[in-house]
Amino acid sequence: MKLRVYLTFHEDTVRQPIIWKLGKEFDVVTNIRTAEVKDHMGLVGLELDGDDEVIEAAVAWLKAQGVHVDPIEQNIIEG
Amino acid sequence: MSIVRALKCRECGQEYPIEPNHVCEFCFGPLEIVYDYDQLEGVFTRELVESRPHTMWRYKELLPIDGDPTVGVQNGFTPLIRARNLERVLGVSELYIKNDSVCHPTLSFKDRVVSVALSKAVEFGFKTVACASTGNLAGSVAANAAAAGLESYVFIPHDLEQGKVLGAGIFGTKIVGIDGAYDDVNRLCSEVAGKYGWAFVNVNVRPFYAEGSKTYGYEIMEQLGWRAPKHVVVPMASGSLCTKIDKAIKEFIKLGLVEDEGTAIYGAQATGCSPIAQAVKQGSDLIKPVQADTIAKSLAIGNPADGYYASRVIRDSGGWAEDVSDEEVVDAIRLLAETEGIFTETAGGVTLGVTKKLIEQGRIPRDESIVVCITGNGLKTQEAVVDAIEKPKVIRPSIHDFDAMMAEEQPKAAADA
Ligand SMILES: Cc1ncc(COP(=O)(O)O)c(C=O)c1O
Ligand SMILES: [Zn+2]
Repeated sequence: MKLRVYLTFHEDTVRQPIIWKLGKEFDVVTNIRTAEVKDHMGLVGLELDGDDEVIEAAVAWLKAQGVHVDPIEQNIIEG
Repeated sequence: MSIVRALKCRECGQEYPIEPNHVCEFCFGPLEIVYDYDQLEGVFTRELVESRPHTMWRYKELLPIDGDPTVGVQNGFTPLIRARNLERVLGVSELYIKNDSVCHPTLSFKDRVVSVALSKAVEFGFKTVACASTGNLAGSVAANAAAAGLESYVFIPHDLEQGKVLGAGIFGTKIVGIDGAYDDVNRLCSEVAGKYGWAFVNVNVRPFYAEGSKTYGYEIMEQLGWRAPKHVVVPMASGSLCTKIDKAIKEFIKLGLVEDEGTAIYGAQATGCSPIAQAVKQGSDLIKPVQADTIAKSLAIGNPADGYYASRVIRDSGGWAEDVSDEEVVDAIRLLAETEGIFTETAGGVTLGVTKKLIEQGRIPRDESIVVCITGNGLKTQEAVVDAIEKPKVIRPSIHDFDAMMAEEQPKAAADA
């Protein structure tokens, strides 16, 4: 499946080549659609294409690296 | 007459046809409805609006539906009141409350956005509508869908309080509780929205949904006698309402319905969930996601989708953003109730609390018109204030006991009696 997400990087993750590592660790096609990187944080709109289980595992791995993963709608649950 | 031109990406400007769609294929930017305002010249007048029923649909040319509304036809047009008692307490000369705590039918401004979303969903041919919500939105989708004969699904975290579940369940909606961490529940909702052929109000029909908030702004200006206020204080969750009030004012100026007063827009958040206010105060464009921790649950969105756009509106309009503690929220709820007889929910406490703070800081001048946006009803968040209210005195049923109590509390009234 194709999954579209926003990744938020914080001070301690913003300088790491995390998307490159993701492509090495998992059999997914990564396609960056938008990115804004400052020294204290970064925001990347990323499309992931691959098998469902691989995508699930890739998202779990991203979270374990300390990256905040949201759907492109960001917060769907409203008050 | 519909003057809707297209859906347009707010980032790259790419235009898309009017369909259930909310993000740009190219850059993931959010899509926004754009209109051909020129077609309204000489047609959309104050007189035309004034000749219509007192509902939010009196501005229907500026809403993204083709025909007449089919859902929430009676919604909107809530009171704008001159708050003279509050003016005295705050030491300002012209203050108004726009009171959506009495919005028909579910007592929050969400009835505006939902009636536009569902009316558009009906035009698109959807039979089922859905949302993910912990409060106001759930109740509004459930009620408006029931009245329109649409099937509805509401997704909630499984541990939500009974009272909140009731507020949607009574309308016969299908409630799905999801057991999991917030972020996972959120992502599942995105997947469901993409997979099932439903109108998910804040996903695939979000551009239409969000436009409904403009009616809150139109009404303020009409009710002020076709005048834009100098200052407006707006509660922010996703930040959408804030951007749409700005859009409403700009549209009325463009259409010649009001003069440009250089309205400044101020955003209000609770300190325990204030990503947009922090960005504004730090002069930054990037919104840092936070874990929400506040009694103002209806504003508790830690990663707000329209945060960037809201912060820009605030900055460009010459406004500011502030946040208040939970104690200040409770104090402000009581202040509004005791001065103006209006019981608002925690979001209203946030907005009034921030208004007070901005006046004290000198950010909002004391001698210019101020509108405070009260967007929800206090009966929905009673747990927030239950400890702040004095317990009633209990006496025996004897006039002697009552006299004694009065003599203690109100010696003058007792002596005169
Ligand atoms: C009562 C109330 N006021 C204000 C808001 C803020 O809305 P927005 O997401 O448009 O910023 C909400 C959102 O849920 C709400 O429930
Ligand atoms: Zn785009």
